[in-house]
Amino acid sequence: MDGTILTKTVVLDGVKETTIDVSGRDQWGRPIDQRELNIEVRKAIGEGADRIILEGVMGQRYIASAATNRCLYIGIKGTPGNDLGAFMDGPTLEVFGNAQDMTGNTMSSGRIVIHGNAWDVTGLAARGGRILVKGSSGYRVGIHMKAFGSSKPSVVIGGSTGDYLGEYMAGGTVLVLGHGVPEAESPVGTFIGAGMHGGVIYVHGRVDEHQLGTGAKLCPLEAEDREAIEELLSDFERSFGMTEERDWERYSKIMPMSSRPFRGRFDPTMVWP
Amino acid sequence: MNAPAHASLDDKERVFDRIIPDKFRPIIDRNACLNCKRCVKECSFGALEWKDDRVVYKGGCVACQRCSAMCPARCIEIATVPSGLPPHASYTERVRQGINAQASSGGVLLCSCGTDMPYGMIFDDLILDAAQVTNPSIDPLREQVETRTYVGRRSSRVMLSGDGYVTESDGSGPVVAMDMPIMFGHISLGAVSYNCQRSLFQAAKDLNILAGSGEGGLHADFLQFADHINGEVASGRFGVTPEYLRRTAAVEIKVGQGAKPGHGGHLPGEKVSDLISQTRMIPLGTDALSPYPHHDIYSIEDLQQLIAALKESVEYRVPVGVKIAAVHNVAAIASGVVRAGADFITIDGFRGGTGSTPRVIRDHAGLPIEVATAVVDKRLNEEGLRNRVTVCAGGSIRSAADMIKVIALGADVAMVCTSALIAMGCQVCQSCHRGLCAWGIATQRPELTSRLDPEIGARRVTRLFHAWNEELKEVMGAMGIDAVESLVGNRDRLRYFGPNQKIAEVMGVKHVGEGWG
Repeated sequence: MDGTILTKTVVLDGVKETTIDVSGRDQWGRPIDQRELNIEVRKAIGEGADRIILEGVMGQRYIASAATNRCLYIGIKGTPGNDLGAFMDGPTLEVFGNAQDMTGNTMSSGRIVIHGNAWDVTGLAARGGRILVKGSSGYRVGIHMKAFGSSKPSVVIGGSTGDYLGEYMAGGTVLVLGHGVPEAESPVGTFIGAGMHGGVIYVHGRVDEHQLGTGAKLCPLEAEDREAIEELLSDFERSFGMTEERDWERYSKIMPMSSRPFRGRFDPTMVWP
Repeated sequence: MNAPAHASLDDKERVFDRIIPDKFRPIIDRNACLNCKRCVKECSFGALEWKDDRVVYKGGCVACQRCSAMCPARCIEIATVPSGLPPHASYTERVRQGINAQASSGGVLLCSCGTDMPYGMIFDDLILDAAQVTNPSIDPLREQVETRTYVGRRSSRVMLSGDGYVTESDGSGPVVAMDMPIMFGHISLGAVSYNCQRSLFQAAKDLNILAGSGEGGLHADFLQFADHINGEVASGRFGVTPEYLRRTAAVEIKVGQGAKPGHGGHLPGEKVSDLISQTRMIPLGTDALSPYPHHDIYSIEDLQQLIAALKESVEYRVPVGVKIAAVHNVAAIASGVVRAGADFITIDGFRGGTGSTPRVIRDHAGLPIEVATAVVDKRLNEEGLRNRVTVCAGGSIRSAADMIKVIALGADVAMVCTSALIAMGCQVCQSCHRGLCAWGIATQRPELTSRLDPEIGARRVTRLFHAWNEELKEVMGAMGIDAVESLVGNRDRLRYFGPNQKIAEVMGVKHVGEGWG
């Protein structure tokens, strides 16, 4: 096999689908360079593809970064590298495998569905769109997400997450379902919501006070929270063909103590020359 | 009254609020006063009031000169009032003022602008060279003196064919051409008003240079200036959208700011108005917090990754740079930044300005830009990296002389901020963080922002930097240098005339009196 990219476009029922096969290896067995892959993806987008299927992805980074086509679907087979869908505004990405670090970094809108696990910092600084992970994710999930107007980012993790979940969060919703985590254990780590000043974190499973970071607090679940969770759960069920229990009493809700955490911290006394 | 009245103090403790008297006071010539109340209206700090048929001083003057400049009778002058505190060389008035304020508030002291601590300006200890006899000078009026400057990654190697044509070059990236080696630093919408940012962008367009967007996103009205905007990507990622990345002429990752090395940004909820909320894409009235670090950057490899992600996002069309604060290990950091793939690197010295920062950081952390530029240039040269990257340096570039000296110390581009704001009316009263700027610069209050006409602001800034560029040409001509690129890092045209020879050694500059040989 040589290190060339094989591209094939078919139009079926008016849907233009481009398949980009990047499973080729160069003479030293190395995967296709990420830059070449991304050029190919951008080319397909430019030629008006409605669906792009990437075959044999092997750690290539920055796939679909800053892509803006709202109707575009990109299916990824293999393992995409870091910064999948970074700065993205619109498209839907579906990964049939695991994703690595910083999936959906600073995304404005769009949808990322991952059928495996996502590694660290999923949804960093997202200000819109949705990330659904069937498996688990690592440290710093959903940090510094923010919401504005109708644009509210949400991240759903099916399994567990590491420390610093929702750190510095300013808006949006994080939901951790804790699949595979025994009832006595917590599906999330420590320093949850450290420095958070907006948004909300829902955890299906045990969360103790000592796991919370500075500025976060545990709150009782209200009717509107159940609505929000219900919407995320049904999307999760649809996306992965699963059924989730609605055992509301097992949910923990984490909120910021204040939207103005720095108020009262400073003294504006004038400097004298 | 200079200190805020602390609500928490009870009557017995209130005496402490009265210890530190005002530093400034408007003196009104009562015979000339027209009683038009204009000064009362102009004073956004509420220091003047109309009482008993006359203008009365209430306290809290910051010496911003607005009342005096706007008085139709020109009958107000601002006087510096001796404090009357017992003098002490170590426990200065300023030190005691800080202690007293914190004893009342228990808060972190805030401040703005660049530090006013008397560290001494190394720029002022550097003397320029001029041509005589054997290396004749150039008359810039008659002969071409080139000040065009490129921002971006250079080729590390250029191959020529036998007859002198470039056949191949490697490693070069996209570049932005500017008409002069000046760029405006990052002043965000939020830190300053809409009219102020508009003035800067218009001036950048008229001068054909770059202006930093600051970490506030880009207002829709300013997309027309995108060809002259250096879009900032900071730790809060405010306003960073695909369109923002696509349209700006350059993208810069902000890691640090000279006025607050190691510190994030904090725009208080009071300043998050409708306009700011729309542009930054954050809810009205909430604190806009830029985390101290980028949460995806904990190593040079991580930085490399963000640079690569941005390059991929802009499709390699525009240069991607990194801005760092000048700190003690700046040379090694700069080397890492260049190796991580930055097309240009901006170093912000510790005298650089800010719209708000803890005073303890502004006044006590960082490195002067003169030294930082020289050591970064030296290190990058030693490692064979200097020719690949554009170095921008800022943080107290006050005049054309400073710009020329920082270039001779090793920068390609001088980054300016405060000088541009002074051209628009800023008096450097160091009150930006209070959001009450009487000149309509560092404020979001509509009645104040309307005081700055963006047309006039742009005109004044354009004139100022046009003049600096002409001065640069004059000096280059006098040195016998016909292109600013030949001045970059040309320390031989500098001599040190200051108190500390060690500084000269660190910068690689000879002492006055030492010749070429």
